[in-house]
Amino acid sequence: MIRLEGVTKLFPGQARPAVDAIDLEVPDGRTCALIGASGCGKTTTLRMINRLIEPSSGRIVVGGEDVTRADPVQLRRHIGYVIQGVGLFPHKSIADNVATVPRLLGWDERRVAARIDEMLGLVGLDPATFRGRRPASLSGGQRQRVGVARALAADPPVMLMDEPFGAVDPVVRGRLQREFKEILARLGKTVVMVTHDINEAIRMGARVAVMREGRIVQHDTPDRLLGEPKDPLVMDFVGTDRALKRLSLMTAGEAASLATPPPGVPVVESSSSVQDALSAMLSAGSDRVAVRDPDRGSRVLTLDAIRALAAPDQPASASEL
Amino acid sequence: MTGAYVTWIAGHRSILWRTFAEHVTLSVTALAIVLVIALPLGIGLARRPRLAAPVVGIVNALRTVPSLALLVIMLPVLGTGFLPSVVALTLYGLPAVLVNTVAGLRDVDSNIVEAARGQGLSEGQNVLRISLPLATPVILAGIRTAAVQIVSAATLAVFIGGGGLGELISAGMGLLDIPQLVIGALAVALLALVTEIAFGATERLVAGRLLGSTA
Ligand SMILES: Nc1ncnc2c1ncn2[C@@H]1O[C@H](COP(=O)(O)OP(=O)(O)OP(=O)(O)O)[C@@H](O)[C@H]1O
Ligand SMILES: [Mg+2]
Repeated sequence: MIRLEGVTKLFPGQARPAVDAIDLEVPDGRTCALIGASGCGKTTTLRMINRLIEPSSGRIVVGGEDVTRADPVQLRRHIGYVIQGVGLFPHKSIADNVATVPRLLGWDERRVAARIDEMLGLVGLDPATFRGRRPASLSGGQRQRVGVARALAADPPVMLMDEPFGAVDPVVRGRLQREFKEILARLGKTVVMVTHDINEAIRMGARVAVMREGRIVQHDTPDRLLGEPKDPLVMDFVGTDRALKRLSLMTAGEAASLATPPPGVPVVESSSSVQDALSAMLSAGSDRVAVRDPDRGSRVLTLDAIRALAAPDQPASASEL
Repeated sequence: MTGAYVTWIAGHRSILWRTFAEHVTLSVTALAIVLVIALPLGIGLARRPRLAAPVVGIVNALRTVPSLALLVIMLPVLGTGFLPSVVALTLYGLPAVLVNTVAGLRDVDSNIVEAARGQGLSEGQNVLRISLPLATPVILAGIRTAAVQIVSAATLAVFIGGGGLGELISAGMGLLDIPQLVIGALAVALLALVTEIAFGATERLVAGRLLGSTA
């Protein structure tokens, strides 16, 4: 678990704190996405967790231990860190890059060699092809993969990722997001991730924290963030298509109800998003789709059901306001 | 014409060899001291930008002092001979290595240094394993400049009794012995050229290794 309690950072000579008394808790095995405009303090927050920046005040607890009392160099060897801009060592081979922390921890070379191959395989790079190459000979997406492999190599329970997909095109970005979300979940990592991209935040984060001027404005599940943005800034951030975005969070299988689909309606897989199901309806001019679910029999998702799901003012939020 | 030079060399092998050896000894000693001083100093200064600016400024000013002036200034302080010559040549070669060490280390991509720190490399490990290797091409360029400067300036050591190939030039001038004068000058030129080529080749080799083109 990662917990920030009243953490503040005031850089010397600046009038306002870059990070202003924030509280944040990320449960074990979960991913929290920090999002906000440039300069709002995301990177500063992240870098205080591994003490690349010393907080001015407040407490940061990682895995039950107060990091401000730990030796920073030792601490960082047990926290994976993927940096904005990747930062691979250009004079070292891909293998040596990945082996950085295991070697610092004094693993024997046989174990290191096995780990290099395991990590490269995990991030989808063929070890035999990539081991001996230098970062300069890799594509942007491949470098991002190596950056994540390097951060995961010593199996740290906690990962900090600063715009890990910042330097790649949207198609590669989408693929990396899906792959890494799956990998991080499978390995049970506790992750704090910084991003500029709301779609990335809602896709990767179990929780999303929206920051403005050093403060957390809203910390919520993607669904609540999209359904009940707390103030105009969050509203701005989630975008005018937030209702549609929300539909991308849920699968057609989850939303559909048991019924026999009438003949001739479009068919979607139960793993497709509700957004995709809606798109299928609109393209076919139908008001319902059949949801193919081999385990649970035939199901149907209707336009009315989607309308109800996407309604911005659900009873719960109306009573809160 | 060339006959006179060949004859001179044949008749003065021992003095040619002695002055050449003196020249190389002076240069190598001065360069070694430059490295011992400038590399650690440069590494230290690169991490203290506030201190680095004035020090680099002063050292750069030292660069503008003509080499002969630097040698002659040593006279009243250290007298004549090998030691004052080495001191003067060291001062002469120091700026190039110091300035390039500071600049080379400072210009290493901050992302990379940051990533290294974030993986848990200590400050010392960061310098030795990341910053220094990446700054090596720039530092080597400084060392090459210093080496060529020292080899050239060592020609003037003769004025404060430091010996070297300058002896042939100065004696050749005094006696109007053209072959001696020209052979002294050629020897210095050749030595400087060889120094430049050898250090340049080393630089390219190291840069190639760093970029992985020979891996
Ligand atoms: N070392 C530093 N010294 C002084 N001010 C700093 C330092 N690092 C960051 N800041 C300031 O703190 C504020 C927050 O910076 P931070 O890097 O955390 O923003 P960010 O949210 O990560 O922005 P971006 O999305 O552009 O990466 C900015 O105003 C920045 O100028
Ligand atoms: Mg940032």
